[in-house]
This record gives sequence, C-alpha cells and structure tokens, in this order.
Amino acid sequence: MSAPSLETTAAAPAPEAVAGPSPAAVAAVRSLHSRARRRLLTATLCLAAALALAMGVRVLLGHYTVTIPDFFAILGGEAIPGASFIVMQEKLPRAVAGALAGAAFGAAGALFRRTLRNPLASPDIIGVTQGAAVAAVTVLAFGGVRGTGMAAAALIGGLVAIAIVLGFSMAGRSSAGAGSGGLAGALGGATFIVAGIAVASLCQAILSGAMLALSQHDLQAAAVWTAGSLNAVTWERITLLAVLMIVLVPLASILHARLAPADLGGELAHGVGSRPGRTGLWSLVIGALLAAAATAATGPLAFVALLSTPLARGLTGGRPSLPAAALCGAVIVVVADFAAAEAFGGVRLPTGVLTGAAGAPLMLWLLIRSGRKA
Amino acid sequence: MTVEPAIRLRGASLAYGPHTVVGQEKPVDLDVPAGQTTAIIGANGCGKSTLLKGLTRQLPLVSGSLEVLGRDVEGWNPRSYARTVALLPQSPVVPEGMTVEQLVDRGRHPHRGWFGARTAQDTVAIAQALELADLVGLAGRDVAELSGGQRQRAWLALVLAQQTPVVLLDEPTSYLDLSHQVELLDLVRDLPDPRSAGAGERPRATVVAVLHELNLAARSADHIIAMAHGQVVAEGTPEEVLTPANLEGIYGLDADVVKDPLLGHPVVLPRTAANRAAAEKVGTGTAQLP
Repeated sequence: MSAPSLETTAAAPAPEAVAGPSPAAVAAVRSLHSRARRRLLTATLCLAAALALAMGVRVLLGHYTVTIPDFFAILGGEAIPGASFIVMQEKLPRAVAGALAGAAFGAAGALFRRTLRNPLASPDIIGVTQGAAVAAVTVLAFGGVRGTGMAAAALIGGLVAIAIVLGFSMAGRSSAGAGSGGLAGALGGATFIVAGIAVASLCQAILSGAMLALSQHDLQAAAVWTAGSLNAVTWERITLLAVLMIVLVPLASILHARLAPADLGGELAHGVGSRPGRTGLWSLVIGALLAAAATAATGPLAFVALLSTPLARGLTGGRPSLPAAALCGAVIVVVADFAAAEAFGGVRLPTGVLTGAAGAPLMLWLLIRSGRKA
Repeated sequence: MTVEPAIRLRGASLAYGPHTVVGQEKPVDLDVPAGQTTAIIGANGCGKSTLLKGLTRQLPLVSGSLEVLGRDVEGWNPRSYARTVALLPQSPVVPEGMTVEQLVDRGRHPHRGWFGARTAQDTVAIAQALELADLVGLAGRDVAELSGGQRQRAWLALVLAQQTPVVLLDEPTSYLDLSHQVELLDLVRDLPDPRSAGAGERPRATVVAVLHELNLAARSADHIIAMAHGQVVAEGTPEEVLTPANLEGIYGLDADVVKDPLLGHPVVLPRTAANRAAAEKVGTGTAQLP
C-alpha cells in the first residue's frame, strides 16, 4: 500500500482493498481536507483583520481622537503639538503592547492546552503568570531591581512555578502507583491542574506579602501592574517583549504542530511515533516563558490565555491552531484595554480587571462542561 | 512454515517500577509468525496488555531483546518504528471537535516531516483506510458523535492509514456487538502487507490482537499465544492451544472443546460443577464429545 499508484487505481476499480481506494473516497477525503483548510485560513484572516481594526480604533479613537492623515504624519516623524506625544507615548505603545502581550498569552494558552489536554490547563490558572508576578515584585521590593532585570526575574519565576507544579504532579502519580506513568502520564492528569491551582494561590499569598515591603511610590505602580495593566508600558518593554517573541513564537508553533498526536492520548501518540512526554516538557518551558514574558510587560492579564484557545477553536471549527489563538489573545487584550479606558466614563480600569471579568464566567462554563463529560 | 518471525522476543521481562508483570519467574521467549494473525489470550491481569506495551516500546524491556522484522529495536528511531509497527490501544482518548477524516489523518504522522503538509500519498492512504473501515460516508462527522462501534472503526482506520507491516490491537472488539466483532476481525485478518505493492497474491500483514473472546480468537487467529501470571504457557494453532487441559491451566476453567461444524476451528464450551452434575443425572454427559 505504500503509494498505490493512480494507474492501478484506474485500471482496477474493483472494491478489493488491494486495488486501492475508489476515486469517490479519494475525492471525499480531498474535499473535506480542503474545506477544513479553507475554514482555518478564513478564520485566521478574519482575526488578523479584527486585530488591525481594534488597533486602529485604539490608536485613533477614544478620549483623544486622531485623524488618519495625522497618524501617518506622526509615524513619518512629523511633530504635531500634543497629538505626537499622545500617539507615540500613550496610544500606540498601548496598542502594540496589548497586541504583543495578548498574542504571547494566546500562544502560551494554546500550547498548554494541547500539552495538558485540559481546557482549564492555562498558564494563568496553573500559576505561571502568578509565579512571574511574584518574582518580579519580589526583586522590586527587596532588590530595587527594575526594567530588564525585573523582566528576567519574571521569566525565571514563571519557569520555577511550572517546575514546582510538574514536580508535585509527578510525585503524586508515582505514589499512586499508576502504571502508564512518567512524564507523559503526569502531563495528561488532573493532578497537574490541582497542583497548579495550589501553586497559583500560594503565589498570590506571597505576592500580597511582598507588596507590603514596597515603598509608597512603588506600591502604587505594583498594585496597578499586578492587576494587569498597559499603563506602564514603554517602548523599551515593548522591544524586549518583541525580541523574546521573535524567538519563542516560532518554537511554540513547531512544538504545537509536533504535539498534534497528543490529542489522541499518550498511547496512540506513542503508537504513531510521537514522544509527547519529551516534546511536552519543552512546550511547557516555551509556553511558560511566553506567558512570563507577557506578564513582565503588562502584568498578569487574567484569563487571556484561558479565553483565547476555546474562542479560536470555535472560529476554526474545532481545529487547534496556535496562530489563531495568538491572534484571539491579541484582539481580546486590545479591545479590553480600549473598553477599560473608555467605557466607564472617567474611571480608567486596569485592563486585567476587564479580562478577568470576561474570563471568570467562561472558566465556570468550561468547568461545568468538563464535569459533565467525566 | 519456516519463515523468519515478524517479532522475536528473547529473555524479556517487563515491569512497572519495581513490580515485574511479565517474565517474573523466568524471562519470556516469544516468536510471532510473520504474515499471520496471532491472538494473545489469558485471564485479566496476566500481562497481555503489558506484553503489547513492550512490543510497542511504550514500556522498555527490563531485560532481554526485541527484534521486529529481523531488526533489533534498540535505538530504532520512534517515527521510523511507527512506520513498521502500529498500535490500537484499549481505550483511546476521544478528541474534541475532530472529524473522522482528521482523526484518520493522524495515522499519517510518522510518514511526515516537521510541518508536513498532506501529500497525494497521504490522501490515498486515508481514503483507503476509510474505505476498508467502511467509514467514507461518515468521514465528515465529529468523532465524539459516533456510536461505540463506529468509533472503534475510526480508530482502526487511523491505524490502517499508518500502513505498517505489523499491527498490534489491544482488545479491539470490546465495544462491538457480535456481528461487528466478526466483521472487524475478518477485516484485520485480511490486511495486506503494505510493503508489497502491486497486484496478484499479496502477503498479509502481521496482526497481533489481545482478545478475550476465545471462540472469536479460534475463528480468526492462525496462531494463539496463551499467557498466565506473566508467562507464556501455551502457543500454537487454535487446535493446539485451546484444549480442556490448557484452559484449566490458563483460566482455571472447566470446559469442553468441540469442533465448529462449518469452519473446523475449536469452540470452547464452559462448564461448571453444577452443569456436570445435572448432565450426569440425565445421562448425557460428555460421551459424544470428541
């Protein structure tokens, strides 16, 4: 059956297995495949258009309106008093940072979702963003470290958090004496989620403690940052995040594709030659780094990673796609930031408050749905 | 037939951590004949599934060696191994929001590169697998919406799309009614070896299936391997293995064995002491049995 040539198919149209598939079956497979691909492409293009639109609205409209010709003039380097400053230091960095951080959260969420095979297994549920936040605030409070150092601390914090969760869930499994154990088993288990929620709560507690050690000046900034906010984004932070993403997102896409067989469970994945344990470990590392990098830039924007993947899957017709999830995350953050700034009159809410409010009902819905299936 | 065995296990033992499940008393030697259907039978917990895990390399051998198609599996690249040996596990995860066609497509994974797009060869293999499993009409349906039997056929189609000369099946008939069980086993029995392209008399693939239903095993298998307590206790043709004495040894089961009047394979008829006593009274007994 290795490449039954088309000639033999045409010459012997008998229904015998040996003769190769009937042209009708081949046509059916071909049309289903191209339909699914078209759907994926359409969804991705629509999301990209939605992101462009949302960023345009974020930059041009709102409490200070900029005309399109003015915007391009400013981008071209022309100085328009007032407008230049607001666009270059406030509106544009917020839109760009929102899109980048949202994409990083979305990509991290898609990677975790596929690796851990659980819709609740998102980096913002199982302690990665919280770990990153704790590390960042701790170095600020006790070392006075800011800027790049703080971002590095956040990355390390995210990795440490995922390492602790992984350690606990593997220990939990081996003591239970489960057979098909090891890394691959630990990655698919509910233990992982529970351990993650515990680590997230612990981080939250440490975070509250560390905040007390902050000076009055830092406390204000840290409080807004830990709620998840684009207030403090600077071009410096954006550049750092962009550089990290240029490295991490392609790696994430490769791992996401490599993990496709893991959707079928560990045994079948193994049977088709994939090693979801090893690949899964790498994807947790890359996913944690992505989520931590985004956290360093914007604070832990609640539930963006959790929200993006199911939304993207809904749009692509159930097909897991990392680019679609990343675009979804980007759209969510840019829209949430605009709404947080403009929709509540004079009050400017931290963006994370809005994403959190949108994410909580979704998380409950996912919980109910996964409970019903089990 | 003195053909090279498809699978050759020598001095093998398999363990979960410190707990040895297969070959704990003495290491297991095993030959699986090439181009035939082999059924592995045995009581629950006798190590059948563990043995299968060893053959797919999910569980590394604690001791001994494993050769597949004459090649030692040590250091054999996983994807290349998956082009030689396919596994249908006992209870695979039902993926969310995946059509039958997308599920079967996953069987092509070991034939692809890193970002592998679908080739014409993939399309043909998927179409062929769908056709063999009689799923062309359901190709666009969500796997989660299928009935148990249809789903089992979808998993089988995935394994068929893998196009391997060796196919391992762990209790493939569990969720099927009797007629579908027979249908599925007849289908896997007649699987051609994908290495032999072209027309004419094609050699069959090597199929190894863990089966619980002895009469189905006798009907479909050319070769039977019986296991008890992690050891191989009997192997050979169905006639050689399915004897009252062996059944007593494997399952602790009292049974008569008769010959299928049409197909000639042995048929196992389980008995209890009460059955025997009642038959004694009426005076029939087992006198007319061979």
